[in-house]
Amino acid sequence: MKQFLSFVKKEFFHIWRDKSTLLILLGMPVVQIVIFGFALTNEVKNSRIAVLDPSKDASSLAITAELDASRYFDLEKNLVNFAQVEEEFRRGKIKLAVIFPAHFADDLQHFNKATVQLIADASDPNVANTLTNYATAIITDYQARITGNKQLPYTIQTEMRMLYNPQMKGAFNFVPGLMAMVLLLVCTMMTAITIVKEKEMGTMEVMLVSPMRPQMVVLAKAVPYLFISSINIATILLLSVYALEVPINGSLFLVVAESILFTLVSLSLGLLISSSAGTQQTAMFISLIGLFMPTLMLSGFMFPIENMPLPLRVISNIVPAKWYYLVVRSVMIKGVGLQEIWKETLVLFGMLVFFLTLAIRKFKIRLA
Amino acid sequence: MPEKVITADKLTKRFGDFTAVDQISFEVEKGEIFGFLGANGAGKTTAMRMLCGLSMPTSGAATVAGFDVYRDNEKIKRNIGYMSQKFSLYDDLTVKENMQFYGGIYGKSDAFIKNKTAYILDELHLEKEAHVLVRSLPLGWKQKLAFSVAVFHEPGIVFLDEPTGGVDPVTRREFWNMIYQASDSGITVFVTTHYMDEAEYCNRVSIMVDGRIEALDTPGALKQQHEARSMDEVFLKLARKAKRGEG
Repeated sequence: MKQFLSFVKKEFFHIWRDKSTLLILLGMPVVQIVIFGFALTNEVKNSRIAVLDPSKDASSLAITAELDASRYFDLEKNLVNFAQVEEEFRRGKIKLAVIFPAHFADDLQHFNKATVQLIADASDPNVANTLTNYATAIITDYQARITGNKQLPYTIQTEMRMLYNPQMKGAFNFVPGLMAMVLLLVCTMMTAITIVKEKEMGTMEVMLVSPMRPQMVVLAKAVPYLFISSINIATILLLSVYALEVPINGSLFLVVAESILFTLVSLSLGLLISSSAGTQQTAMFISLIGLFMPTLMLSGFMFPIENMPLPLRVISNIVPAKWYYLVVRSVMIKGVGLQEIWKETLVLFGMLVFFLTLAIRKFKIRLA
Repeated sequence: MPEKVITADKLTKRFGDFTAVDQISFEVEKGEIFGFLGANGAGKTTAMRMLCGLSMPTSGAATVAGFDVYRDNEKIKRNIGYMSQKFSLYDDLTVKENMQFYGGIYGKSDAFIKNKTAYILDELHLEKEAHVLVRSLPLGWKQKLAFSVAVFHEPGIVFLDEPTGGVDPVTRREFWNMIYQASDSGITVFVTTHYMDEAEYCNRVSIMVDGRIEALDTPGALKQQHEARSMDEVFLKLARKAKRGEG
């Protein structure tokens, strides 16, 4: 035990003395929360639009006013002719153009039918889609109001409710994803790098000649990173609850417990990498390309797995972050308990046993 | 009959087709300074690693401190110190922290570590540098400190793998004085080197060529056998037979 403590103490010295790395390790979750939370959001707010309205009647003006008043749109310009529409798009000034026909209100009242044209800049298809949906919703809303009590004989009204995330906040999605990424980065990459560093320096040799058991060396390496990860989990949860207003609907204890399970999976992955990598650069490269990229792409956090072709969907199952992401999202946002996520938890646990066994078996007690 | 602390009998290590160490046999007595010489790639380090339990022999037998290298790996580790070819202290730890760490992983008591640390700092005149990061020490001091750390836990045998590489002659001399001191206190020293003047300091030397031991005796006897004035000449005569290139 004394051996173990001496080693852990030494590891803390290493981390403490390397202030820049420490700053990155502890600051990274804060920076990512800020970037993802306030800058990189999927929500479309204050998009600039232009309106071409030759009729300028009560109805068209009312719709224009409502569009401008909504938080999704800002009216940039009133256009006077059709040629200007393309010009504005080309200059990148606007994301959406709303075009009314001449005699819009007349058409509406006399023919019970009027068209509004929505032109969106689909060079970013997701944004274009979202904007046309928002605009359509606002126009439909207006229509419903002027129709008022004049009930049409047959109408189907859809009523939508956004369960678990009524305001459709992006943060609900990325906070669990971010936790997976940060834990993976700190635990896997840092463990792999520090172990490989000892190999490179030649100190690992001295360690292996000492009576210290290799398993103990590995375990002692992991302790400080487990500690840093706990701080990171706390930082992310505090920031997401208080700064981004993401609720923890389920049990906080369950979130933390699952996070620790995932941390252990990441640590054993780091260990596995360290046993096959010879230099710190290789370790970093394997961690980034072999783990970080698949996590980003295949965990379901950036891109929905359901839309992927079958081979990718199959591969996504071996990405640990996918399961952790599912678990955290379910517990934090939907507020479910262990009975709903035991399968995912079991998968993570299986991965932990598998990777750890493999890593310990691969970890060479003798150098050759 | 003096106690034999290291014995090797036809010890062999193969890496695939390549025989790094080819049936070497020798014995080292307690308190002896045993020089293990050879050109780069002759197999010195591999042989030493087998004795330290870092590398599994392919065939042959060996014991260290009375323990078998195949089975009693862990017991051997408790009885030896090791200084690797690469610098084996932690740069970002202070002089004192390094000693505390190595004392710690050998499971020594706090009182032992405290006394021993004070003793070594005094011996090396490093009291003022106790809280200085090892990184900022000159290389010679680092090497001397590394040796002190290798024998910190007072092992019966210490293995030194080219301990004086890149060190100036004065420091090398001081380093060898430390080795003599250790030897006087009963520690067996097993040292690899390719500095032939250092070979003269050893009680006995073995010279490895292409994985085999070509000569093994006291420096005086070797010089006589090969009609040479210095170990340098002995070495050159033997090493010329080498077929392996520098490795």
